[in-house]
Amino acid sequence: MITRWLMNDRGGAVMLGVLLLAALVVPLANLGIGADSPLHVSTYTVTLLGKYLCYAVLALALDLVWGYCGVLSLGHGAFFALGGYAMGMYLMRQIGERGVYGNPLLPDFMVFLNWERLPWYWHGFDMFWFALVMVALAPGLLAFVFGWLAFRSRVTGVYLSIITQALTYALMLAFFRNEMGFGGNNGLTDFKDLLGFDLQADATRVSLFLASAALLAIAYVACRHITGSRLGRVVVAVRDAENRARFLGYRVENYKLWVFTFSAVLAGLAGALYVPQVGIINPSEFQPLNSIELVIWVAVGGRGTLWGAAAGAVLVNYAKTSFTAVLPEVWLFALGALFVLTTLLLPRGLAGLLRNRGEAR
Amino acid sequence: MTPLLRRDRVFDFLAPPLPPDALLDTRHGPILYLEDISVSFDGFKALDDLSLYIDDGELRCIIGPNGAGKTTMMDVITGRTRPDTGSAWFGSRVDLLRLDEPAIAGAGIGRKFQKPTVFEKLSVVQNLELACHGDKAVWRTLLAALDADQRATVAGVLDTIGLAGHAHREAGALSHGQKQWLEIGMLLTQRPRLLLLDEPVAGMTQEEIERTAELFRALAGAHSVVVVEHDMEFVRSIANKVTVLHEGRVLVEGDMQAVQNDPRVIEVYLGE
Ligand SMILES: Nc1ncnc2c1ncn2[C@@H]1O[C@H](COP(=O)(O)OP(=O)(O)OP(=O)(O)O)[C@@H](O)[C@H]1O
Ligand SMILES: [Mg+2]
Repeated sequence: MITRWLMNDRGGAVMLGVLLLAALVVPLANLGIGADSPLHVSTYTVTLLGKYLCYAVLALALDLVWGYCGVLSLGHGAFFALGGYAMGMYLMRQIGERGVYGNPLLPDFMVFLNWERLPWYWHGFDMFWFALVMVALAPGLLAFVFGWLAFRSRVTGVYLSIITQALTYALMLAFFRNEMGFGGNNGLTDFKDLLGFDLQADATRVSLFLASAALLAIAYVACRHITGSRLGRVVVAVRDAENRARFLGYRVENYKLWVFTFSAVLAGLAGALYVPQVGIINPSEFQPLNSIELVIWVAVGGRGTLWGAAAGAVLVNYAKTSFTAVLPEVWLFALGALFVLTTLLLPRGLAGLLRNRGEAR
Repeated sequence: MTPLLRRDRVFDFLAPPLPPDALLDTRHGPILYLEDISVSFDGFKALDDLSLYIDDGELRCIIGPNGAGKTTMMDVITGRTRPDTGSAWFGSRVDLLRLDEPAIAGAGIGRKFQKPTVFEKLSVVQNLELACHGDKAVWRTLLAALDADQRATVAGVLDTIGLAGHAHREAGALSHGQKQWLEIGMLLTQRPRLLLLDEPVAGMTQEEIERTAELFRALAGAHSVVVVEHDMEFVRSIANKVTVLHEGRVLVEGDMQAVQNDPRVIEVYLGE
């Protein structure tokens, strides 16, 4: 069965192939080849690639709700950040006595604020499995409650996009506050190790890169499984003719709700792998601009294709890295121009371009 | 009133769907009762104390000038518009005003929109499969494929609507008349007891119209069919009983002959 859908999904097959290749070559080129060789891949690059892969998972998550279900979320960065914070809390608790203040229980910022006790919601985060559950549960629950309210009231289109944007903005303001207990505007940082492995070690970095690649591959297969099932066709039906689906007996709200929640969980997982690689999570991850950039990645890659969205995330972020190294002020303008140009010239994104080529041949 | 029916727009993730026919009670004759229904939009009365009864197995045509309220009436029956006053019952036990659109569809009412609406990005056969009777809960559609009975229904309907040769074409690529048929086919796979068809032959060729008339006549009996149509030729070819709607009320009801010769009807149509 798997071979059959890989045959029908050339883009996906290529993407999984490239991932597999990268998973074999990158560790070898980092750990196996000496730093003096031109074939060596630096740890900095490995981490950068791992970061791109996390973005690609986030793009997949958005493509599922936007490309297939027609729900344009302008707040998906919030779910990514929540997953990141859950992981960050675990990493903070791992620091233990090695913090600046040497407090075995309280993270530095709490000692700094003269807090006596660990807030109740920080309990349990010393256990990895608990943190993992929260990585999925926090964004999933938020998406479920938000979606339940929004979809049941039949909020759609631009209005829905605006309230998702408001959601992430509100969360950003909340996380900025010191009283919230998430480190205020500094966020969570100075992480030492994960599951006992030193986060600065090359081998840990490579493992995180591999985990990101694995997450992307699994997320892709899961999303493809959903879009290929009857559920996937109902979702497309809801996108294209919501009322028709409703009058056929589908509870449109439930469909949107489950897809939205699943997508949020996926975004949370991506955030959780992102944080140990970049070494910090702070409220700026909630900023509305991040969610909008995410929409641009998906639009550039080609929405409604999954692999296109993932490729778009990697390409645009590669461009961002290269661009900001030379002309940091210009990047936002370049991004805006990119979005306008894709909308006008490539409404189906790069994936659409490739597909047209294929059809013309 | 069973508690099961008291759920108005509630998320019933776990509740089983209404078992077809378990609740439908037509022993008292009509399958659809509309009584004293009024709907107003910003003070304008689209339906004005409308009362209408459709018998089980009947084929009823509803005609009337533009803006008479025909589509609004269907909106009320299918749960899209809530009337200001009045009551609407499906059989003698299902209170339509307490159900939302999916529940009404699940109870056995199928509706074709005035503007043909199919899922353009999906293939013809996928459209029919989506509409097919059966459990429409999220988890079922993720995990379960169609069963043999459902697949047989789809294959049968594909033949009935004459689109077997186009089964794997994208629905968006069909002609207008074919889309109309596909939408009718979707209603059929849904296995409703009552079909509401809003202008089903608009945009069809003469030959297609004749085949549609044949199909509707065959459907009546096992199904109750309500057809809204402007095409008088078509109405004449299928109608036993015709209801004329005008300004949100029933103007005249009777057989085609009587209706056509009624001075009030002539006035309404000439007055246009
Ligand atoms: N949502 C709405 N808001 C305001 N007015 C409406 C709305 N829906 C319908 N109307 C008005 O109600 C009246 C009845 O409309 P309806 O669509 O039921 O007519 P109809 O008999 O189906 O006409 P047609 O033959 O043109 O389809 C019309 O005057 C229409 O403008
Ligand atoms: Mg109408």
